[in-house]
Amino acid sequence: MNRRFLTLATAAVAAAALTACTAGDRSAPALGSQPKPSGSAAAALPAATIELWHGFSADSEVKAFEDAVAGFRKKFPQITVKLTKGVQDDQITQAVRGGTAPDVAASFTTDNVAQWCRSGVFQDLTPVIAQDGVDLSVLPAAARSYTEFEGRRCTLPMLADAYGLYYNKALMKGEQPPKTLSELTALAKKLTVRDADGNIEVAGFIPSVQYYENSPSHLGPMVGARWYNEDGTSAIGSDPAWKKLLTWQKELIDWYGYDKLDRFRKGLGDEWGAEHPFHEGKVAMAVDGEWRNAMITGDAPDLDYGTAPVPVADDRPELYGSGFTAGTVIGVPKGAGHPQHAWELVKHLTTDTGSLVTLSNALRNVPTTRAAMDSPDLKKDANFQTFLDIFNHPKTSTLPPNVNSVFNQEALTTFLVEWEKGSVKDLDAGLAGVDKRINDKHTLSGG
Amino acid sequence: MRPTPAAPPARRRREGLRALLWLSPWLIGFAVFFVYPLAATVYFSFHRYDLFTLEFVGLDNYRYLLTDDRALTSIGNTLWLVVFMVPAQLLFALGVAWLVTRLKAGAGFFRTVFYLPSLIPTVAGTVAFVFLLNPATGPMNQFLELFGIAGPDWFGDKDWAKPSLTLLGMWGTGNTMVIFLAALLDVPKHLYEAAALDGAGAWRRFRSVTLPTISPVLLFSAVTGVIYALQYFTQAMIAARVASGSTDSPGSSFTPGYPEMSTLTLPQWLFQMGFRDFSMGYACVLALLLFAASMLLTLVLLRRFRGLEEVS
Repeated sequence: MNRRFLTLATAAVAAAALTACTAGDRSAPALGSQPKPSGSAAAALPAATIELWHGFSADSEVKAFEDAVAGFRKKFPQITVKLTKGVQDDQITQAVRGGTAPDVAASFTTDNVAQWCRSGVFQDLTPVIAQDGVDLSVLPAAARSYTEFEGRRCTLPMLADAYGLYYNKALMKGEQPPKTLSELTALAKKLTVRDADGNIEVAGFIPSVQYYENSPSHLGPMVGARWYNEDGTSAIGSDPAWKKLLTWQKELIDWYGYDKLDRFRKGLGDEWGAEHPFHEGKVAMAVDGEWRNAMITGDAPDLDYGTAPVPVADDRPELYGSGFTAGTVIGVPKGAGHPQHAWELVKHLTTDTGSLVTLSNALRNVPTTRAAMDSPDLKKDANFQTFLDIFNHPKTSTLPPNVNSVFNQEALTTFLVEWEKGSVKDLDAGLAGVDKRINDKHTLSGG
Repeated sequence: MRPTPAAPPARRRREGLRALLWLSPWLIGFAVFFVYPLAATVYFSFHRYDLFTLEFVGLDNYRYLLTDDRALTSIGNTLWLVVFMVPAQLLFALGVAWLVTRLKAGAGFFRTVFYLPSLIPTVAGTVAFVFLLNPATGPMNQFLELFGIAGPDWFGDKDWAKPSLTLLGMWGTGNTMVIFLAALLDVPKHLYEAAALDGAGAWRRFRSVTLPTISPVLLFSAVTGVIYALQYFTQAMIAARVASGSTDSPGSSFTPGYPEMSTLTLPQWLFQMGFRDFSMGYACVLALLLFAASMLLTLVLLRRFRGLEEVS
């Protein structure tokens, strides 16, 4: 009896273990398998209720999304769209695994696009894009790049973020924004104010990667630094651009004094609050996203500031005007109940000019299509225009999609924290160590 | 006397089945919530598993563990917490409980005051602690400056981050303190009187009377404390996030461990690998390591405390 019991128990455990491997495999119609409206015959799609998950949570953001979807409801009155706010990437992944995926899901970050494309969490949009003749050339190359992986276009860009230089006009004392790293260094030193003990009261520019938006991915485009080789292995140790950037950055940090700068940085206000140091005039120049414009309007309306592209390496003047970009991505998860309806919504939100302009005007993010950027309805002033230009610049780059994107960024950032502090004596060896960590993980993930 | 005849095989089988029937709720629970997850963890540890696709890779995940310096760092940090934070919490809770037993008046008030921190939500308590110990704006360093002491960068310095978490842990030991208090009040008075008559001093009375008497409670607290330390996650994550200044970046992928991986614990790295990096097969290897460490440390503690109980 005992043996029979053991056999049964083992079989049950084995069966359960094997069935667990098929998580997320519940049958649901795939994209292209449902009836589609031909041309403008929107009514060809049957009535349905579809669900859209997004990450926006503030009331104004949620309203903007509702407004953008209103155009879709007008076009497809038979489709009811239910919006769920404040959804993070983990929830999307888990919902797909659990067979409860929404019809459409949007993510603020591009970090998971590669993994989602490779594992099929989001469905490949390539066939329906071709079927409907959607012209992706209206998107800048960088935006096309961060929404696909290994030939699978599983997401489309909905809104983009572009990064540039903000400068406080009062603190600049009539100086023009710097165009090269040398000019940035000289100006940062000139604009820095210290007290009698040498403590920093106003920083010209904080070069630390630990400062808010100064991540390696945002600073890398200043020198045209590459993350990966063609085969997906790390290029950080072998690309001299990184060494150039880090050497420049360390020299400026040493000029401030690491301890002084660290103490100053830790006493600054919250990045997402009204007491942001740029709002308060504690930092003269800072790298930030286009959304800072809206935050300044809301929290520091009297601040006299300007925006410009980030300064670039002295020997790479052709990079001036470009910068880093990434943004919100949207797609149809695996297991979506009404994939064809979902695709129509994705298409509307990512290509409809009115919808993109509505979202951009409300959220103050960069709209992704050329038509939306040129729309007379798009609210733009000189400060916002800077970011539209950066987004459109042919040299503007993004973090190439990678299944270990978060891991790889962390590997470099952690090293840079040690580097800034002065704990690293041999930069080449340190960067080679970063390469090794990234490459080992690359192998673990299947190359 | 005639020997009792053995029960017939049919009856024995019936009794066995009945016993199984009564045990079945526990057996089912054990199989579903322990055996199956453990078996699945072992199974997945030999696979490349990104939560959706599965590929057998043999020992690759185990080999990667040997080259993963973050895993080694996280193991070191977790062991640090086991070795320093758990004893510090136990000693602090025992000391406070002992002090409360010595109070002639206001014991109820102080008992409540010392217990209160454990009622504060973990996240709120951790955020408050980090603000309190902020090197530039926190009141603690401003207070120390009054005496000419330059306070450390508590949660921002890799040498101070874990001791700061230990302070946070000691502050929140209200539950353990209450358990110790009950145990201390339960020590028979006549044992102290007998020891005093034999000329035992305070330390000797504590070592030979109090300690052996409360050893079951100490064992319980030590075992649960070690398991808690091995699973340490939330406080380290929140403290790192707040201290690093990455408070609320929507959609951002924050990596734990700030500063310089000094607060990265094994459960955090496991979570990071499994659910952030989609390396679930490797995360299963880390989970098995954590399980083995929990078992080993619990066995060591049981053995050590058995000696103490024998003295009792």
